[in-house]
Amino acid sequence: MDYLTLLWLVPLVGMGVVLLAPKSFSRLISLVATGVTLLLSLMIWNAFDSSVAGHQLGVDVEWIPQFNIRYLVGVDGLSLALILLTAVIAIIGVVASWNIGAETHREGTEKAYFAMYLLLVSGMFGFFVALDLILFYLFFELTLLPMYFLIGVWGGPRREYAAIKFFLYTLFGSVFMLVAILALYFQSGAAGARTFSIPELAAMDLPVQIVNWLWFGFYLGFAIKVPVFPFHTWLPDAHVEAPTPISVILAGVLLKMGTYGLVRVNVQTLGNAGEHWWTFLAVMGVVNILYGSFCAMAQRDLKKLVAYSSVGHMGFVLLAIAARTPEGINGAIFQMVSHGLLSGMLFLVVGVIYVRAHHRYIVYPEDEAELEMYHIDQSKAGRLGFGGLATSMPVYTGVMTIAFFGSLGLPGMSGFIGEALSLMGAWRVYPTLTVLAAVGILVGAAYFLWTIQRMFLGEKNPEWAELPDINARELIALVPLAALVIILGVMPSLATDLSKASVHGLEVVQDMIAKFANL
Amino acid sequence: MTPLDNLSSLQHYIPDAALASFAVLIVIVDLFARGRSKVVVGVLSIAALAVAGALTLWMPHTGERLFYGMARQDGLAQTFKLVIVGCAAVTLLVSLRTQEVAERLRGEFFALMLFATYGMFLMVSASNLLIAYLGVELASISSYILAGFLANQSRSSEAAFKYVIYGSVASGVMLFGVSLLYGMAGTTDIALMGERLASAHPLALTIAVVFLFAGVGYKIASVPFHMWSPDVYEGSPLPVTAFLSVASKAAGFGLTLRIFRDGLGAEELLASVDWPLFLALLSAVTMTVGNLAAMGQKNVKRLLAYSSIAHGGYLLMGIAALGSSDSSAPTAAILFYLAVYLFMNLGAFFVVMHLAEPSRLGSEEMPAYRGLIRRSPALAIVMSVFLFSLIGLPPFAGFWGKLYLFKSVVDASLVEGGVNGHNFVWLVLLAMANSAISLYYYFAVVKAMLLDRGEEETPVKAHPAFALVLLILFLPTLLLGFFTNVDDFRVDEAPEASASIMAEE
Repeated sequence: MDYLTLLWLVPLVGMGVVLLAPKSFSRLISLVATGVTLLLSLMIWNAFDSSVAGHQLGVDVEWIPQFNIRYLVGVDGLSLALILLTAVIAIIGVVASWNIGAETHREGTEKAYFAMYLLLVSGMFGFFVALDLILFYLFFELTLLPMYFLIGVWGGPRREYAAIKFFLYTLFGSVFMLVAILALYFQSGAAGARTFSIPELAAMDLPVQIVNWLWFGFYLGFAIKVPVFPFHTWLPDAHVEAPTPISVILAGVLLKMGTYGLVRVNVQTLGNAGEHWWTFLAVMGVVNILYGSFCAMAQRDLKKLVAYSSVGHMGFVLLAIAARTPEGINGAIFQMVSHGLLSGMLFLVVGVIYVRAHHRYIVYPEDEAELEMYHIDQSKAGRLGFGGLATSMPVYTGVMTIAFFGSLGLPGMSGFIGEALSLMGAWRVYPTLTVLAAVGILVGAAYFLWTIQRMFLGEKNPEWAELPDINARELIALVPLAALVIILGVMPSLATDLSKASVHGLEVVQDMIAKFANL
Repeated sequence: MTPLDNLSSLQHYIPDAALASFAVLIVIVDLFARGRSKVVVGVLSIAALAVAGALTLWMPHTGERLFYGMARQDGLAQTFKLVIVGCAAVTLLVSLRTQEVAERLRGEFFALMLFATYGMFLMVSASNLLIAYLGVELASISSYILAGFLANQSRSSEAAFKYVIYGSVASGVMLFGVSLLYGMAGTTDIALMGERLASAHPLALTIAVVFLFAGVGYKIASVPFHMWSPDVYEGSPLPVTAFLSVASKAAGFGLTLRIFRDGLGAEELLASVDWPLFLALLSAVTMTVGNLAAMGQKNVKRLLAYSSIAHGGYLLMGIAALGSSDSSAPTAAILFYLAVYLFMNLGAFFVVMHLAEPSRLGSEEMPAYRGLIRRSPALAIVMSVFLFSLIGLPPFAGFWGKLYLFKSVVDASLVEGGVNGHNFVWLVLLAMANSAISLYYYFAVVKAMLLDRGEEETPVKAHPAFALVLLILFLPTLLLGFFTNVDDFRVDEAPEASASIMAEE
């Protein structure tokens, strides 16, 4: 069987095995399954020819011939980058879930947890390889159910609220996407044969008027997933309630499904949408950057801070996509990968402190109910939660520093390259917006540095002075990510080479569109 | 195809005739088999349904017009009959094992089920409004008694009473509509009627169509004729509720399809009475009202009752799309959706029914469902899958049903001319938004079962026979979308309004 099918089939089979095997083997089976997918993705990378534009290693089989629905999968530079990211995050998620039963006080539920986890992984891989819109939609939705249960069963105190909010928001977005898919299918009949195939649709010349409508339908679906302001409110809730490994997956991969969709469908297939839509996307990107960053700065809860920083960092991706220049698309892809690694690290780092202190407040809340929820003394309300952790947890502080500095865009780490490339790409098209976006980097630096200062430096809070340092298992999860962040920061060509030809291919499409427009 | 006379019609009417004869036979057998009545009659009636189902499946349905053009044995009738007979068979199987019915199970129950089924057969094969009315009445009157079968329970009697009142008003109004149409067209033949109505006064025609719709609208529980359904569904014995929510609804849609596609589908008619818009608006209101009302329900049975109103709304969308130039695609989509609905809705109702028995949860209220996953993992998961499918989440069958239904409406709206000049993409968007709303209340049940912790931890066991029935419903719900698609449900085209013998006289 071909690699791409195996990629989503292996986790699915793994799920079946987890369900049949005894409980104590669940995590081991999951580790093996995600290990195999990592191996598969490396083999795909090896087989991938980055000098060729367009999709490779594809499979094209009839599925429902009456409607020309096909089992059509393939990879290009964009999907390959995200497949590699997913494979890395998936296996790290398993490592981070090793003691999930005990950590979430739900002993004995490991079997269900890992089954859901593998189903989620299968959906993510399927989404990134699917090139038929129906298949694409199926996998898009397939990630919702397991995510609902992973947050809803193994989450924090308000898990049920967060889970259903996540589900409803995403489903509501996909409503518009499905209708747009059906309308696109119908329209393709006028321009050739009716088809759901993305490559075929991309090559078609659809009337701009209709494309504009479809663009917005797809935008709504993806924007909620990214999430773009004002649809972002589900994200902090979901992140705060989700267990650590699920936060890692959510920020590391699931959010990228939104931006991947924007590139795959809105740019590649509906690239000739009116200029106003692209400007709109760029503006939304900048709003995300600024709004997300300022919100992050105001958070007391470390996890919420990281969640909002995600909103901000995804803004760079949006801005770069909107520019549609080769640097921009490259930057968007790079930023997606980089943010996937960095946000994975950030949430793991948050998880480490939460497991030890059972709270993660940089500054204690003032709200009585919230204080009670975490058994925090009323007299401490509004005071610093941690302080001087660097002396008691030196290794942890080191790892955390890499994650924070990487995220705030320190040169030499991947975050810098991602943001720089994105801004470079956007500059050519939206200079004013790019300047505004750059302000976001500044705010980002501000809140990350401020957090370091409040939590790790300064006076020791005696209550948390004796926390044990990070352990080996947590390091196993964090170190590979840290290494990748630095490697990509020093050798960005590793990632950008993947997508060179694909992005160039996009550019060719762009040129064609421009020529059509000039006719 | 020329209509056949009575004698030559009979050979094509064997499945229906077999069903009717069995029903009569059961009444007689019941008289003589007093002691062992339940077993004998039960087996006999299930055999009756099996025979009728098998005959329906294997007999060629090529559009013969029977009894001087009164009924039509075509693919449409065949598919609807299979859904109805399937629903009836599963319901009967289950009622043998259901405590609330089984204790007072008598021959009448089975005979009435068969008569109701036969009435529905008449409805879906009728090509004359009089036969259609006969079918509606036969199905309704049998259902009234079935709804009130638990005579010693006040809520069952109340259900039956409400059902009778609403039902008789609705069918009375329908009959009035039929008489108006007869006055204008001079015939009650559905296909011929369409041809002759072209010159009718638009206002009179509109009134007649609206009145006619009252009868079928009540059967499919469309707003504003939906008021009876939550009360009747809640009060009736659960097997009857399941039967009504699927078979009765399917029969209603069969008749609606025939009336609007065969009778009122002609272009000249569409110009004078804009029923696609009328039905689209009704569909929008029906699905929204059903879903919003379901949101507040704490009783799972009642929740499912309201949700089945919403599903009627989705299906009405397909009926509205019949007004486009290609009526075969929406027809196929409706049939496919009903087939899917048969499995998932019956499944959900049966799980509720099984859990409501005193030896299990003994309640239909949401709090009783808490923590079911610990008490009976299998039932909780199976029920969840039925609910996921009802929402329309991929990859379950309900998703494919909705996909094809929505696709047919989008296609019909975007072709040149749209659906009688209308673009119903807004309706599809609304339906999808409604699916998102429905997620909320279906997931309230899922949440109670899978996420919440219940007070009781004692295991709940499913009866083996029941587990088998559930499995039969569960597998298609899970896999139907992968093994078949809407194209397999494409049946014959709308018949041309050729002269019937009656009309020529």
